[in-house]
Amino acid sequence: MALVQNGARAESAATRAKPPIRLFRNLMPKIASIPMIFTALVVFVGGTIWTIVYSFTSSGLLPRLDWAGLQQYERLWETRRWIVSIQNLAIYGICSLVLTLLLGFVLAALLDRKIRFEDAFRTIFLYPFALSFIVTGLIWQWILNPEFGIQGIVRGLGWESFNFDPLYNADIVMYGLLIAGLWQGTGLIMCIMLAGLRGIDEDIWKATRIDGIPTWKTYVFVIIPMMRPVFVTSVVLIASGIVKLYDLVVAMTAGGPGIASEVPAKYVMNNMFGGQNMGQGFAASTMMLLSVVIILVPWAYLEFGGRKRG
Amino acid sequence: MADPGILGSTLPAADAVRERLSGPHGPRPKRALSGTNIMLYGTLLIVAMYYLLPLYVMLVTSVKGMPEIRLGNVFSPPMEITFQPWVKAWAEACTGINCDGLSRGFWNSVRILIPSVILSIAIASVNGYALSMWKFRGSELFFTILILGAFIPYQVMLYPIVIMLREAGLYGSLTGLVLVHVVFGMPINTLLFRNYFAAIPSELFKAARVDGAGFWGIYFRIVMPMSLPIFVVALIIQVTGIWNDFLFGVTYISSPERYPMTVQLNNIVNSVQGVKEYNVNMAATLLTGLVPLVIYFASGRLFVRGIAAGAVKG
Amino acid sequence: MKVMGKLLAATAMCSGTAAFAVDLEVSHWWTSGGEAAAVAKFAEALNERTEHNWVDGAIAGGGDTARPIMVSRIIGGDPMHAFQFNHGRQAEELIEAGLLLDLTDVAEAEGWFDIVNPPSLLEACTVDGRVYCAPVNIHSWQWMWLSDDAFEQAGIEVPSDWDGLVASAPALREAGIVPLAVGGQSWQQSGAFGVMAIALAGEEAWLAINRDKDVDVAGGEAYARVFEAFGNARDLAAGLNVSDWNQATNAVITGQAAAQIMGDWAQGEFAVAGQVAGEDYHCLPGLGVTGILDTGGDAFYFPVQDDPEVEAAQKELAALLLSPEVQVSFNSAKGSLPIRGDVDLGTVNDCTQKGLELLAAGQTLPSGNALLTPDTNQQVNDLMTEFWSDPSMTAAEAQERYVEIIANAD
Repeated sequence: MALVQNGARAESAATRAKPPIRLFRNLMPKIASIPMIFTALVVFVGGTIWTIVYSFTSSGLLPRLDWAGLQQYERLWETRRWIVSIQNLAIYGICSLVLTLLLGFVLAALLDRKIRFEDAFRTIFLYPFALSFIVTGLIWQWILNPEFGIQGIVRGLGWESFNFDPLYNADIVMYGLLIAGLWQGTGLIMCIMLAGLRGIDEDIWKATRIDGIPTWKTYVFVIIPMMRPVFVTSVVLIASGIVKLYDLVVAMTAGGPGIASEVPAKYVMNNMFGGQNMGQGFAASTMMLLSVVIILVPWAYLEFGGRKRG
Repeated sequence: MADPGILGSTLPAADAVRERLSGPHGPRPKRALSGTNIMLYGTLLIVAMYYLLPLYVMLVTSVKGMPEIRLGNVFSPPMEITFQPWVKAWAEACTGINCDGLSRGFWNSVRILIPSVILSIAIASVNGYALSMWKFRGSELFFTILILGAFIPYQVMLYPIVIMLREAGLYGSLTGLVLVHVVFGMPINTLLFRNYFAAIPSELFKAARVDGAGFWGIYFRIVMPMSLPIFVVALIIQVTGIWNDFLFGVTYISSPERYPMTVQLNNIVNSVQGVKEYNVNMAATLLTGLVPLVIYFASGRLFVRGIAAGAVKG
Repeated sequence: MKVMGKLLAATAMCSGTAAFAVDLEVSHWWTSGGEAAAVAKFAEALNERTEHNWVDGAIAGGGDTARPIMVSRIIGGDPMHAFQFNHGRQAEELIEAGLLLDLTDVAEAEGWFDIVNPPSLLEACTVDGRVYCAPVNIHSWQWMWLSDDAFEQAGIEVPSDWDGLVASAPALREAGIVPLAVGGQSWQQSGAFGVMAIALAGEEAWLAINRDKDVDVAGGEAYARVFEAFGNARDLAAGLNVSDWNQATNAVITGQAAAQIMGDWAQGEFAVAGQVAGEDYHCLPGLGVTGILDTGGDAFYFPVQDDPEVEAAQKELAALLLSPEVQVSFNSAKGSLPIRGDVDLGTVNDCTQKGLELLAAGQTLPSGNALLTPDTNQQVNDLMTEFWSDPSMTAAEAQERYVEIIANAD
């Protein structure tokens, strides 16, 4: 600590010693932002352009510049698995976004009621975040297995007609994945929400109590609007996880039954590395990125670009 | 050469703000044991069961022998408790010809974890600081691109990054891997820091500028001491992500002796052919999860207070 | 031993350098118990019989996990010294790009062209007359495993072919037994289809499609019957919900299911469960219809290195992998069949014996991997798993789409 402070003093003194020319004062943040600018431009933009360029080639196992025109895209949109993947991601994405926010917020609100054992509950909700997807997928596969999982136990208790086989029923398999996905991801969101609630001024609660506003109304009309930035952070976290959804599907269903739980990221990976058709994988990932850009850019402009710091 | 007096004047203000941002808040309404309370705890307990069920299955499975697991009832408590799977996962499981379990990669993982976490948090925090207090032309554009980067599946970037590292002469080295972790941790952490720092009252910032403090001066003397909680938040997210990383560790490190522990974990749980030892898989997963879990336990309180201010007031 | 030493010395001479100790890094995905024991035989042989050291780079998860890592290493300019791939067309591009070491001189010195049986294994390693890989073992898909216990419960004889299983299905269902166990993953369903195609349509039709990409055969009568039978298998398998192949095997072991179509690696599960071939379970190569084995398996490739000493060591390793002693010790541990007919595995069980006899009789086919590109295999997998899990899809529809895939195959 002492070292840091000394360093800081030296730094500030050095800065102070220079004449406060406007150009120079604005130079430091720019220099400090070089890693960020480098990452944004070279890694993310550069990598994306590289990917897009190679999506117009017939690259197989190795990236090669054998031009194939739009062939990869034509094949992509003719492939049933890709179409199914997109539909699945839409279902999973909407449910996951809504439920994670809802569950995360409700759990946080419950924990915020000055309950006992808050530490224990919070840790219980957060711990799945630390475990590997491969094995948690396996566990949920067991729990949801109709023979020896929940269905088997309930039937064993005498309710013979009880039916719960989400992983083996093509119509509801995405919801089976959702159960495990929520289990893994809600803890972090809950913590962020809880932290947001802790930051709300105590006076606001006092005021609403004096006015006799019911608790739920306070949450919906006062607290949640105040927590907009928390929700923004959460939405970015959740949405980026949804788009990248891959490991969980591989571990739990491997895309099955049939192709009923395929997702775009898995299509990309299977084509790039399994099918050794890199061009096809890049074409698919380009389409994914394009849709993210279409959704995100207007929103990001409003959120980050359009507002001035108060 | 440094004059403590100049910035000293701002420090009490900083303390006051820190108190306000992260300190304990006033008591909440306390209700007696009531229907509401029963519902509250009831709901929490039911939800907790949903979260704990998999943990129960993992623990129970990890202390069963394989013959018992083959019987197929995943919920039944073990008839005979054996810790052999844990011993095997830690010290005996083979990955190829090396039969020393997870212990083999533990220190490699630590060696990757520490520089990656420190560097990624340092850079992300400076980014957030620059983005919230020292906006410059284009800074929001770079930030938007960065956030877009959070949506690119890692695997798509695999080969472009191999090529970049190769051109930089860093392919296969620890430095290269650390840089990759810094790059992929940057979007989310920058967002977190940016929101947090934006909550620091601008009067404080202006006062420091009037006192002549510069970019680094304000960062080290005011922003950093006020923001320890958010550093803990970033620490938790980064430790979890980097500790559990398998893909980057195995792709960008080019020597099996330096592979992280997750490579052993993957080798134990992800064998395609041959017999699957579920009990060892469970033990290995729980063992690997211990490091992030310890961090959660140790920093639980700080974690919650950390996000508080920034996320809310940004 | 001595002969071996001389051979190795000769190989070293061939490549024109004296032997220096080199650390050879070898990547593979053999990580389960039996596999690790098998790979240890390679390492032992290298460490003991040469000056070189085996540096083990095991990465589990099969090709999909390991392949990007291997390719990254090669693109990154820092490749391992040897790596495992399945035989076949997966490494084609690496060879074309000149990234893999030409082993032709080793093959000639060691007489691989004479000893490797079936010869198709070496052909799968050969591009433009040059040899680029060292095949090490044979795994075959063409097996059906039958639980004696299940048939006993149903009060019927263990059938001797596919039709027999179909005929016994009602009795099995009566006894609460699922006639056929098939896991939920696409490769298992697609693999079962391949086995049924070879067994029911015959090897000529299968070769016409997979090797010559003959669309007429793919759309023809014989294959229509295969798709019918595959649809039939779909019904036989209804009622058992498992994903992993070994869970399906386990259902057969416990008598929950009567049969499974799965490669010879399934035998390891029976062995671990303490079951004896011929007493507790039976095996039918080629579904008992066509006694033939496809010869998939693993091979090692050697990325080109700058250092001639390393290259010499790589070649020594290649020769060592195919040497008789190593072949015996490795394949005994792994439960696969050796790639040379002139070695004796010693006492083997009934099923392995059957496999060895078929090999000796030359009743072999190249594996699907050796004939189709991974891209085509992927598409076939997708189709088969879609058909398998969607009862509303008819055999004729599936066949129509299959023809399309074959027509576009490379």
